[in-house]
Amino acid sequence: MNISLFYLVAFLSIFFSLLVIFSKNPVHSILYLIITFFTFTIHYILLNAQFLAIVNFIVYMGAILVLFLFVLMLLNLNKDSEPLKSNLLKIIGVIGGMCLLVTLVGSTKALHLSNPVVLQTQNLGLVKNLGKVLFSEFLLPFEVSSILLLSAMVGAVLLAKREPNNV
Amino acid sequence: MENITQAIHGVPLNNYILLSILIFCIGVVGVLTRRNAIIIFMSVELMLNAVNLLLAVFSVYHNNASGQVFVFFIMALAAAEVAVGLAIIVMIYRNTHSIDINVLNKLKW
Repeated sequence: MNISLFYLVAFLSIFFSLLVIFSKNPVHSILYLIITFFTFTIHYILLNAQFLAIVNFIVYMGAILVLFLFVLMLLNLNKDSEPLKSNLLKIIGVIGGMCLLVTLVGSTKALHLSNPVVLQTQNLGLVKNLGKVLFSEFLLPFEVSSILLLSAMVGAVLLAKREPNNV
Repeated sequence: MENITQAIHGVPLNNYILLSILIFCIGVVGVLTRRNAIIIFMSVELMLNAVNLLLAVFSVYHNNASGQVFVFFIMALAAAEVAVGLAIIVMIYRNTHSIDINVLNKLKW
């Protein structure tokens, strides 16, 4: 039962991410993406990365996907306005993706990395431990990422604002 | 908490790598086959998440917390990227009344 929990969650992630790609209705697609991210949260909990699990839950499922859903509702898209690619282009795209898959899987097989993943220190992913690393080793990148978020906010407001002369 | 982390004891590293590769390739196929700009953005998010999972797994495997800090930075970057990208999509929709990416071919030739 122990190991099969991982395989169950992995199967669910792959299944729902396939549904994200192949569902016709964009709203359904976003809802499937929320479930996919939830399975990723379960993966993080299984790895005992509790901080990442909570951040994934709040930032991805709470903020980013609500933003997606909000924009989708704002644009009022539905199945009728869904643009469709020709079948030839779709088949070529799937073949290209499969070629990438075969290449990556083949290179992984060549490495023979079959050691089991074992958690050596129990508190590796806890907030206390990560905070120490984040504020000592990675202090400069942390401050730079705050500037990145500020500039992204300014850029988003500037882009989404209507031009004053064509109101 | 002890018995939860027992659940992955014995899962080979290979299986985690294969899972991430599969989800990354699903994201690539989504970018290549869909024409709705929002779905393409969602596929990019899927690819970013696959990489995040692999970074967390390697962080646990090598017993080094830097990988999980990197995941944190990637999440901050993804939030910034989504905010700017969705603003661009809203602006495109306002100008062309469509989010079909084939409308945006002015830079093609």
